[in-house]
Amino acid sequence: MAKVLMEKLNKHFGEVKAVRDFDLEIPDKEFMVLVGPSGCGKTTTLRMVAGLEDITSGDIYIDDKVVNNLPPKDRDIAMVFQNYALYPHMTVYQNMAFGLTLRKFPKAEIDQRVKDAAEILNIKELLDRKPKALSGGQRQRVAVGRAIVRKPKVFLFDEPLSNLDAKLRVQMRVELKKLHERLQTTIIYVTHDQVEAMTMGDRIVVMKDGLKQQVGPPLELYFHPANKFVAGFIGSPAMNFIEGELISEGGAVYFQGPGMKLKIPADKASKLKGYPEKRVIFGIRPEDLPEAPCAAPGETFDVTVEVMEPLGSEVYLDVKAAEQSLIARAEPHTQAKPHARLCLRPTMENSHLFDIRDEKTLV
Amino acid sequence: MRERWVEKFIKFYLPLLVFLFVLLFPFYWMFITAFKSDGELYNLKLNPFLIHEPTLHNVIMLFKETLFNQWMVNTFFVSILATLLSLGASLLAAYSIQRLRFRTSGTIGISIFFGYLVPPTILFIPLATIIFELKLWDSLWSLVLVYPTFLIPFCTWLLMGYFKSIPKEMEECAMIDGASRFRVFWQIVVPLALPGILSAGIFAFTLSWNEFLYALTFISTNTQKTVPVGLITELVRGDVYHWGPLMTGALLASVPVALVYSFFVEHYVAGMTGALKE
Repeated sequence: MAKVLMEKLNKHFGEVKAVRDFDLEIPDKEFMVLVGPSGCGKTTTLRMVAGLEDITSGDIYIDDKVVNNLPPKDRDIAMVFQNYALYPHMTVYQNMAFGLTLRKFPKAEIDQRVKDAAEILNIKELLDRKPKALSGGQRQRVAVGRAIVRKPKVFLFDEPLSNLDAKLRVQMRVELKKLHERLQTTIIYVTHDQVEAMTMGDRIVVMKDGLKQQVGPPLELYFHPANKFVAGFIGSPAMNFIEGELISEGGAVYFQGPGMKLKIPADKASKLKGYPEKRVIFGIRPEDLPEAPCAAPGETFDVTVEVMEPLGSEVYLDVKAAEQSLIARAEPHTQAKPHARLCLRPTMENSHLFDIRDEKTLV
Repeated sequence: MRERWVEKFIKFYLPLLVFLFVLLFPFYWMFITAFKSDGELYNLKLNPFLIHEPTLHNVIMLFKETLFNQWMVNTFFVSILATLLSLGASLLAAYSIQRLRFRTSGTIGISIFFGYLVPPTILFIPLATIIFELKLWDSLWSLVLVYPTFLIPFCTWLLMGYFKSIPKEMEECAMIDGASRFRVFWQIVVPLALPGILSAGIFAFTLSWNEFLYALTFISTNTQKTVPVGLITELVRGDVYHWGPLMTGALLASVPVALVYSFFVEHYVAGMTGALKE
């Protein structure tokens, strides 16, 4: 049981600054997900916590103790790797018992712990097999089992589900989450998959270019992204971004974009007062672009449907408003047809406006 | 159907047969010469590819009139010790160059390789001085010490390639599991690199077994000679070649190498391809 604290963490590989001034506090028992595109520094951060990578500057605390210079084995952590990293010359049992044997646990206790873990993970009948005789999903379980037998203070997961097929990934996602509830241990989980991040994390850190973009619970990130990057990264299909201008007409503020003029709600408009620029980025999620009967400009705008992506429970419409491509979510029984024209009524309360200069959220 | 067989024969079996013939004919020649008498050997009227009157005279002469047994023991002694010494050093060298990635690891890797490129025909002069200073002249220990000069670079490069194929995460995982660097090396890396280590060992053994130049230079007492040197110096007397016992000796000396090869062939092949299958 441990909290993890990172302060002003930096990691440079020569000229490349992989992680920059990274601060993060992870309370005990939290499932914290680090997410971002490849090369954003999430894995490097995790490896620094593990002690596999030297720290250029900054501090890492596990349970209020600085661990900067502790070797991995003395940090009381366990890590699950993307490629599982099972020892091919050992059986599943030996793989799981390896860490305990090294720590000189009594034989009976090792046996008990391995069997308990195998029970939890449903791999009891695999204990005598070698890793090469296992399927991807089974290897994954063994890798997790090897981590949990040690009962470490912190679990580190480095994209553990990336090598599994889509169906298995969904299943393991749920299992890992259940496991976390059962073990009540701090978990730091790295992934590039925002769906994994959203579904598993108690809180999520979004990273880009070595910098922390935003930290928060999944829905906070979804509904209140700190900037355009987070807004676009979290959520699938991604948020639509439209560049345009702010115009004032008769006391109201409008967003004028390609083929559309939309009235900004008064409460949002009032927050825009200090914004010096004219140009702005308007962001709206596909589900906030429902079909609607055409109305006066300011409320709806017309689009041409280009492609339809029916998923059964919903249909995604790839549409064009003037030259701007957008994705809108429609009801499964929508009357929309490819090449047809229709009107969309954006739910303006859920829209976002981003600063054109630094892409930070304005409202 | 028939035409395809002919095509296959011309493209595949024929070249294979030629290759086999080129490789195996010397052994055949060694074998028949070993069991021919001198009279038969020099009689140009007989078919030279057959044995007409087999004799064990050469075998008896080799064992009775030379120290062949002693040479075999010497060669084993030198080859095994030199191989073990080289493997031990190369394992540590290759691992540290490949994995520890210290400041000069690249340079050291390259310099070891360059060391391998210096031909023994140049190297034996300074090495002779060193051996003399160490008072190991005319002792088998001189060879045990000198053979690693070409075995270590060779094995190090072979093993470096092999270590590269072992996923780094496996070692990192073991370190998090609680293993020290040395334990990771001993319990994870070495078992996984076993095919590579065996290949390196077989090569090292064969190279030492067949080594000629250093053995010829550093050893002069008959009882200290290795097989290749012993055969040449004792069975070529002046300009007289005792072909029979020479060939018998060569044949018998190739038996241990052949045995080592066939014993490890499975690992050996896996090692050559550097295959580490999970």
